[in-house]
Amino acid sequence: MPPITFDSKIPEGSIQEKWDNHKFSIKLVNPNNKRRFDIIVVGTGLAGASAAATLGGLGYNVKVFTFHDSPRRAHSIAAQGGINAAKNYHGDGDSIYRLFYDTVKGGDYRSREANVYRLAQVSNNIIDQCTAQGVPFAREYGGLLDNRSFGGAQVSRTFYARGQTGQQLLLGAYQALAEQIHAGSCTLYNRTELLDIVVVDDRAAGIVVRDLLTGEVASHSAHAVVLATGGYSNVFFLSTNAMACNVTAAWRAHRRGALFANPCYTQIHPTCIPSSDEFQSKLTLMSESLRNDGRIWVPSTAHDDRSPDAIPEGERDYFLERKYPSFGNLVPRDVASRNAKGMIDEEKGVGPLHNGVYLDFAASIERLGEQTVRERYGNLFDMYERITGENPYQVPMRIYPAPHYTMGGLWVDYNLETSIPGLYAIGEANFSDHGANRLGASALMQGLADGYFVLPYTIGDGLAPRLGEKLVDTGHEAFRAAEARVQERYRGYLEVKGTRTVDHFHRELGKIMWDYCGMERTRSGLEKAISEIPALYDEFRKDLRVLGGDTSLNQSLERAGRLDDFFQLGLLMCEDALQREESCGGHFRAEHQTPDGEAQRNDDDFAFVGAWEHTGEMQAGTLHKEPLVFDNVHLAQRNYA
Amino acid sequence: MDLTLQVWRQDGPTTSGRFETYAAPGISEDMSFLEMLDVVNERLAADGKEPITFDHDCREGICGTCSLMINGKAHGPERGTATCQLHMRKFNDGDTIVIEPWRATAFPIIKDLMVDRSAFDRIVEAGGYITVAAGSAPDANLIPVPKPVADAAMDAAACIGCGACVAACPNSAAQLFTSAKVAHLNLLPQGQSERYARTEAMVDTMEQYFGSCTNHGECQEACPKEIPIDFIATMNKDYLRAKLKNRRYLSRTP
Repeated sequence: MPPITFDSKIPEGSIQEKWDNHKFSIKLVNPNNKRRFDIIVVGTGLAGASAAATLGGLGYNVKVFTFHDSPRRAHSIAAQGGINAAKNYHGDGDSIYRLFYDTVKGGDYRSREANVYRLAQVSNNIIDQCTAQGVPFAREYGGLLDNRSFGGAQVSRTFYARGQTGQQLLLGAYQALAEQIHAGSCTLYNRTELLDIVVVDDRAAGIVVRDLLTGEVASHSAHAVVLATGGYSNVFFLSTNAMACNVTAAWRAHRRGALFANPCYTQIHPTCIPSSDEFQSKLTLMSESLRNDGRIWVPSTAHDDRSPDAIPEGERDYFLERKYPSFGNLVPRDVASRNAKGMIDEEKGVGPLHNGVYLDFAASIERLGEQTVRERYGNLFDMYERITGENPYQVPMRIYPAPHYTMGGLWVDYNLETSIPGLYAIGEANFSDHGANRLGASALMQGLADGYFVLPYTIGDGLAPRLGEKLVDTGHEAFRAAEARVQERYRGYLEVKGTRTVDHFHRELGKIMWDYCGMERTRSGLEKAISEIPALYDEFRKDLRVLGGDTSLNQSLERAGRLDDFFQLGLLMCEDALQREESCGGHFRAEHQTPDGEAQRNDDDFAFVGAWEHTGEMQAGTLHKEPLVFDNVHLAQRNYA
Repeated sequence: MDLTLQVWRQDGPTTSGRFETYAAPGISEDMSFLEMLDVVNERLAADGKEPITFDHDCREGICGTCSLMINGKAHGPERGTATCQLHMRKFNDGDTIVIEPWRATAFPIIKDLMVDRSAFDRIVEAGGYITVAAGSAPDANLIPVPKPVADAAMDAAACIGCGACVAACPNSAAQLFTSAKVAHLNLLPQGQSERYARTEAMVDTMEQYFGSCTNHGECQEACPKEIPIDFIATMNKDYLRAKLKNRRYLSRTP
């Protein structure tokens, strides 16, 4: 195991100069020498596809891995609402500094200033890049780009492509990647899943993968390995993530020595469709841009089962507008989510299972006309109707919060390098930019910032000194041993021959995580979860049933491996939530709240990044603390009233 | 609801397949079609039978991973809806539902209901992009795009690459998929420099894998994003022009 290095490598200079200074001071790889370096990129969402395409375009030899059939399937595709940038195209007072400030504030002062400022700086390049690629962003009648305002922001800085912004941005990155695949600079390995990272001489030497179609386990070596493998919300079983989203790549890196930072920072998304029965396989998110024109309310009195149109205005509680007059329905996601939960706890929930609140468009339809509302949200309304069988043009939508995005992830320095030299993490897989809570329309921005405009520069700094260095041969004993471990692990799942399926255990784990480490956490709840998870894990090891073999496609076997890692991550999330004796952003400890029920931070004791070192199977590990220093943003209690 | 399923089972790409019949009692009408299959799979596993393999991921109708011929229709009976967004309330108690994989030579079966659609990636790799190195783009508002143009490009770009168009086509042609990508890029001002080279390369690559279009129009009926066949006309026109167009005059407006 490599020694823990813990230098965040924040450059010198004022916040405005840091990135420029850094770009000037880091080492460069000569254009003709780039082809002498091999880089592995794992994952083809916004971060992975944009990184692979850019690195390939620069001349590096890139191997790209995805467990999907095509790079275009990655879950970035499902992002609906938009992407932020500090263009100030609408002249409403936006600037790079304001985007930076809003992001640090939105993250409840738990992110690194330098990283966030850089993100705001390159946000404008992203819009330029994507527009040039042909991303069909929404336009005004004069042909210029349209913007809308988005949760938590008081300026219109969000660019969008109908309700399919993630799809269009991902297709842009996928197409750029496809061009590089055609040109031969990128080689694509599809339906291939990363199952281990190989570290030789304290440096990432390559990866071990499994071909999902044949079960064959193989190794690939490279000068650098980039993980762009997304977030871990599926630890909750029910989340807005796609079915296959998992933590395995990041977790395997963690086991090999990469620190895992802030695992308890998870985001609950306020506008999802409430579940309808126990067979629900996932929760469907609807873009929170809906909150721009929809009004959230519940009946003023508990147990009011009248149909919504029979409830007169005077008997409705527009609780966000009432409690937060200046932000109203646009308060940050955690505030909106917790308030919805509060209403349901007061038994004012609506719908057949009383598990939702209304999101009502009647006023907007009256003000703007149905046609305008249809243009803005048509596909979301259609989707809602397909799922619930109700027409939201006539009946208010019902919404409820669901696990959505994970701000925690692999610890990285300013170069996006993990604590294992040569191993990088980008996009949702790292922890770096969103602090304790992510603002709407900032995930797409961060994924593409990392992939197009940050990693392609910073990776050169690590590579340049290694020119001429030979790759570690995949016949090296470290690769052989890792392959053997992977094979043994997967055979192990088949050999248990118990009675319960992967989904059964996943549901059980998800229930523990949601009850005790979800929207609201308490010391006693977390302690309960920490005792229940290992017990459930033992049952999983003893009573799992996976049918079929390991030499052909076996979807249950794939899921068993992913769930195994979720168990271990789940335990770490609870440990992290327990040690963080404060509330901040998406992490809400019921013991730490203001008299108004808002998150109560403890900046004296907890203004740090909690980065965990792996010490053994089903153990929390050792906590390392990276202090957060705020030279520019004044730490204040968030107040959205 | 109590249903009977007839499901295509096939162990691998080279083995022959067969239909198997499963009873699916006690299905809720609020379930999605894939949740219904999840339930059937859990029951199969409980009986010691290998679950049915099928492709799926986002379950929000956007990733394009899910497929399935349901009662002979690509993505089933509901118009403009991918299988993952199809709900059981569209079926009736007592129904027998026939579930097959996409049927097309260019989409070989991998296992059960899962097929290999990588031929689509080959078409995009041939030219379905606009070349722009990261960092080289001008300010986004320097490229004004009239709203009707942006809207039309978006209509085409909405394609999720699921392959329903090919599965529904009696010729297994991929014109709707290819033309959606061609039109998305060719309609935009940014796409003009590579317009004809792109069209030729993508159409020629498509022809290597897929059948020919004979204007049945089944593709637009099956498309979960309701992409119209007008784009095929756009593509054909550009393909014809590509054969004649002198590339040196590309920036001259006619």
